[in-house]
Amino acid sequence: MEMVNIKINGEAISVPGDYTILQAARQAGIDIPTLCYLKGVNEIGACRMCLVEVKGARGLVTACVYPVNEGMEVFTNTEKVRIARKTVLELTLSNHERKCLTCPRNQNCELQRLADELNVTDIAFEGEISKHEIDDMSPSIVRDNNKCILCRRCISTCKKIQTVGVIDAQGRGFATKIGCTFDKSLNDTDCVMCGQCIAACPVGALYEKDSTKAVWAALADETKHVVVQTAPAVRVALGEEFGMPIGTRVTGKMATALKKLGFDKVFDTDFAADLTIMEEGTELIGRIKEGGKFPMITSCSPGWVKFCEHNFPDLLDNLSTAKSPHEMYGAIIKSYYAEKEGIDPKDIFVVSVMPCTAKKFESQREELKGTGYPDVDAVLTTRELAKMIKEARLDFVKLPDSGFDNPFGEAATGAGVIFGATGGVMEAALRTVSEVLTGKSCDEIEYKAVRGIEGIKEATVTIGDLDVKVAVAHGLGNARALLEKVRSGEADYHFIEIMACPGGCVTGGGQPIQSAKVKAEIDLKAARAKAIYDEDRSLPIRKSHENPFIKMLYDEFLGEPCGHKSHKLLHTHYVKRDKY
Amino acid sequence: MKNLSELGLIRDKKKDYVNLRIEDKAEAKASVGESKVRAHVLVCGGTGCTSSGSQKIIHEFENQIAANGIAEEVKVIKTGCFGLCALGPIVVVYPEGAFYSMVKVEDVEEIVKEHLVGGRVVKHLLYDETVENDSIKSLNEVNFYKKQRRIALRNCGVINPEDIEEYIAIDGYQALGKVLTSMTPEQVIEEVKESGLRGRGGAGFSTGMKWMFTARASGENGKYVCCNADEGDPGAFMDRSILEGDPHAIIEAMAIAAYAVGADQGYIYIRAEYPIAVKRLQIAIDQAKEYGLLGSNIFGTDFSFNLDIRLGAGAFVCGEETALMTSIEGHRGEPRPRPPFPANKGLWQKPTLLNNVETYANITQIINNGAEWFKSIGTEKSKGTKVFALGGKIKNTGLVEIPMGTTLREIVEEIGGGIPNNKKFKAAQTGGPSGGCIPASLIDIEIDYDSLIQIGSMMGSGGLIVMDEDTCMVDIAKFFLEFTVDESCGKCTPCRVGTKRMLEILDRITKGKGTLEDLDRLETLADGIKSSALCGLGQTAPNPVLSTLRYFRDEYVAHVVDKKCPAGVCKDLLSYKIDVGKCKGCGICAKNCPVGAISGQVKNPYHIDPAVCVKCGVCMSKCPFKAISNK
Amino acid sequence: MSEKTGVAFSETKEQAQKLIEVIEKHKNENGALIPVLHEAQEIYGYLPIEVQQKIAEGLGVTMAEIYGVVTFYTQFSVNPKGKYKIGVCLGTACYVKGSGNILDKIKEKLGIDVDECTPDGKFSIDATRCIGACGLAPVMTVNDDVYGRLVPEDIDGILEKYM
Repeated sequence: MEMVNIKINGEAISVPGDYTILQAARQAGIDIPTLCYLKGVNEIGACRMCLVEVKGARGLVTACVYPVNEGMEVFTNTEKVRIARKTVLELTLSNHERKCLTCPRNQNCELQRLADELNVTDIAFEGEISKHEIDDMSPSIVRDNNKCILCRRCISTCKKIQTVGVIDAQGRGFATKIGCTFDKSLNDTDCVMCGQCIAACPVGALYEKDSTKAVWAALADETKHVVVQTAPAVRVALGEEFGMPIGTRVTGKMATALKKLGFDKVFDTDFAADLTIMEEGTELIGRIKEGGKFPMITSCSPGWVKFCEHNFPDLLDNLSTAKSPHEMYGAIIKSYYAEKEGIDPKDIFVVSVMPCTAKKFESQREELKGTGYPDVDAVLTTRELAKMIKEARLDFVKLPDSGFDNPFGEAATGAGVIFGATGGVMEAALRTVSEVLTGKSCDEIEYKAVRGIEGIKEATVTIGDLDVKVAVAHGLGNARALLEKVRSGEADYHFIEIMACPGGCVTGGGQPIQSAKVKAEIDLKAARAKAIYDEDRSLPIRKSHENPFIKMLYDEFLGEPCGHKSHKLLHTHYVKRDKY
Repeated sequence: MKNLSELGLIRDKKKDYVNLRIEDKAEAKASVGESKVRAHVLVCGGTGCTSSGSQKIIHEFENQIAANGIAEEVKVIKTGCFGLCALGPIVVVYPEGAFYSMVKVEDVEEIVKEHLVGGRVVKHLLYDETVENDSIKSLNEVNFYKKQRRIALRNCGVINPEDIEEYIAIDGYQALGKVLTSMTPEQVIEEVKESGLRGRGGAGFSTGMKWMFTARASGENGKYVCCNADEGDPGAFMDRSILEGDPHAIIEAMAIAAYAVGADQGYIYIRAEYPIAVKRLQIAIDQAKEYGLLGSNIFGTDFSFNLDIRLGAGAFVCGEETALMTSIEGHRGEPRPRPPFPANKGLWQKPTLLNNVETYANITQIINNGAEWFKSIGTEKSKGTKVFALGGKIKNTGLVEIPMGTTLREIVEEIGGGIPNNKKFKAAQTGGPSGGCIPASLIDIEIDYDSLIQIGSMMGSGGLIVMDEDTCMVDIAKFFLEFTVDESCGKCTPCRVGTKRMLEILDRITKGKGTLEDLDRLETLADGIKSSALCGLGQTAPNPVLSTLRYFRDEYVAHVVDKKCPAGVCKDLLSYKIDVGKCKGCGICAKNCPVGAISGQVKNPYHIDPAVCVKCGVCMSKCPFKAISNK
Repeated sequence: MSEKTGVAFSETKEQAQKLIEVIEKHKNENGALIPVLHEAQEIYGYLPIEVQQKIAEGLGVTMAEIYGVVTFYTQFSVNPKGKYKIGVCLGTACYVKGSGNILDKIKEKLGIDVDECTPDGKFSIDATRCIGACGLAPVMTVNDDVYGRLVPEDIDGILEKYM
């Protein structure tokens, strides 16, 4: 890209010609406030927070969308700019329910931060405040339009990135609001509950349905044996809630914290990830050997599963019947573990800490009650766990490390850990499938072709004399594009991994929320994935089928992968759902 | 049609027929060419006259003419708007040019018998201004038309808009022929640039420059030309009239524009509220296609052009160019930030030229008569004419086209015929919800783009609403703001919330609850919105408030400090009182009061109970002695 | 959360067939949604959820987007209109000449507000933008009939005709 020379606040800089003023200013270390801007997702110049003066331009311009050009002179800090930004902010605040103290985004709100940073001490233009009913009927997501500032980051995420599009702007003028068709609840639409809208929201208009109260109640109930499991992606993000740098691994502190919160057992979902690989891998081998339906598609992302049920019901038979790891774990806990420990499964309360909001929905699915009880009783997001840790007044950063509880092993395998990043399930599966099929131990276990943040990744893996064609898609827009190819017969993969959230679980809808500004500077997907792969490399066992506790489970209880007991406890089925 | 000579043949065949009704060519051709037609009855089929029943009048004429056996000699022609809507329905009979106004169905028989059969003009039905000392004046000498110069409206009220051959007869499609066969696109653009034509829809950007930018943009995947006929400015209806009266002029101009910028597809975005215009436009497009004037290889050249209509669905903001394009694309009509400008990335991200109807209506004349001719009309920086929709408290409501530089006084007092009921001129509002008010003190202003901007108003699309002493300027500001608040798309914060806050303040003021700080707050907000809103609608929304504050601050202060509405409009500030000196005790007021608030004894002064009074104003309008006041 | 239409949806075979044809005709056009909504409203008189679903399916546009478009443009309605649609012009020319009072009078007479329909389904009121009959200001319309140069006292007589 050709460089252009511009001046910002009198300072000459040279930037690529396709930059916006905002990008140029940030390169020069000059901050410009933004609100509706979400890099690569929502660049619409709607909120008018990023106003700057450009010499010769009529009125003020929005830095987030205004392209630079040669010789341009920009001023970001004039009296006119300051007053205009403050007026815009005050107007935004004048129609915002300012119950900041009791807001789920208190202290992590972009609007609140701006009000502080722009020195707003009074709102000169008070007036009518829009009143909206809160939609809390979805098991995963709450929408509170009273907090909404109409930045539309959620819409762009849902529509453009995820191609789900269940929410959009409706009405116009002051009555404009974000909502579902005919004011329906999210729960009555084809929302996949991925929660990416929550991650996009700068304020408290979107948040997960609370499960902390239910979990505290279970913990307080003496008759309950409360077991918690944590997904791989949680450990590489939880630290952010306590001010630790993005990409910090806090596995040990997390285990300690969970014990201190009073959980009777602290398990690692990674174990169940290994179990998933055994089941799913066996299923794949079965399809390869016996000529089953291809491509086989992973089913551990509940947002993706729901998306498939609504949009690609013709491909439901392609989905692996394996339950998602935490559900498998729940089923094992309420059967094998209950039996082994002599606890009545009705007294066991399984809590999953997940980077995901769709898991809340998933845990309520009727099909996932193979033991006669729900496999999982409550799902907490990473954010909710952080809130509980804070509520319990634990000084997280200073907590010592500890391991997970037996009988399922104190440490995970690398294969289980990498489930948290896009391509991870595929890689874990390949590590096992290749060895099972060839009967040989492979040294090269890092499948780099399926790693990384590219939207759709493809590879052909040679296993013995077999060329296995695989593909990985993350983000439902990418998934849709890939599946259209499958549907049309254009693509002939054996195995596809799909994760609903762009980046996979590390950037799931239940993960700590970073501001648009941070996200513009740091690619969360890559930063958190790096921690995942570091963790993988740090573990002595990196293949699921080598996990001794998995072997133990099959020996003592399940028999063989995809066997009778597995089918009852670890596999499920899917239902076609209406789109309209 | 394959070439220009075929076009010429049609023109020549039909020319004399149409000339019969063209003033300066109507040297009374009693019998024209081979046809026996000796008279034309032109009946206005514009929306205004149609609303007052002109369709029935056409039928009645046809029946009566047939009944009198003169159907071969006298033709009834439904035309577009004559402009003088206040006097509709209008009927003009040629070759005399007899201008019958406010014609009723019952009048038709007399006109047919007396005028068309007997050859005697029915004077008592004529527009009174056209009768002088027993003789009929030419329309061009009548005050309403005298100072007008009709370029954009030239064919409105002259030709039958549903007959392409009538358009061809008056040199229609000659400009397109000329452009395609003897000019390069660069020459066309140069001519338009040279003419000084500026956009008639709003900000007044140079049309030629716009064409040039679009022509220069790379358009490997196609370009578009669009016509903005989403005339949303309340009180402006020139675009509608042009499309109703002369649709081919727009089609021809768009084809010329398409040739100049290198486009092959056009869209006309028109309000669905204009059914007559839509229908005529569709007829015109179909006819143009049939005659080979739209479609492939026009006039046998390489140039191809298709044109489609897209209907708006009731959103004022779609008059904003980026919103219009978003709407054509099938979305909520929300504006998007510029740059990129439509000339580079417009419809479906392709280079797009967008002009409004009136702008296009000037193009064929510029091509036919040359830039020099066009430049000779108007002021230094505003060339040509401008059409205004004259409305409000003025006698001759209607459509007028005046050379740029005409004074407001000429428009109001001469063309408009002054204010009815001996009321005083207070202000004129131009530019609709984006514009401002011109106070009486500035009535001698010469109207053009720049003079209006200078005094805090703008040309806008050309609504010109006249206000008299009974108009409250705070109420008018509130009216326009209500409009903007209603029509704000809701995308950007300053417009969505800011205009609402301004309206809330104005509402307080008109209810007597305003404070002097509110006036400051209004100004701060207005300035903020102007500099920070996303699109033209938001950026200009505060103008009606700013301009009334500028020229009529006293009136605001009266509302705020004295809690009075000097014009007697704001209900909450009115108190109806009976002047005991003037009241004769007739009791009419008490009889008409819907809530029984007035009591008294006949022949003694009556009294209004303010606790019961709902301030409907009926008593005041009924009092024969003007004894009731409300201020 | 409730759906806004109170009246149960029903359609004739002809209506359903027509809508299919309309969708088929526009399906491959750029920007087909708004033309299809216009024509669908022609067919059904309004745009209930059932109709929007068919359009969503036919054009491959999300329901939320269609609803967003429908609620953006004032000419589209998700509620049925009265047999007689009354429009009162609130354009500037009419407003200055008192169309606000005309509207008040009609509202009072029918006991409904703007955008509402009388319980018997007979009348609905719209406050319209300029309909271009400024010469006749103030103006109201009842379906295709236009009444101009009105004063509030005219309203009773006009409405009588349709009662």
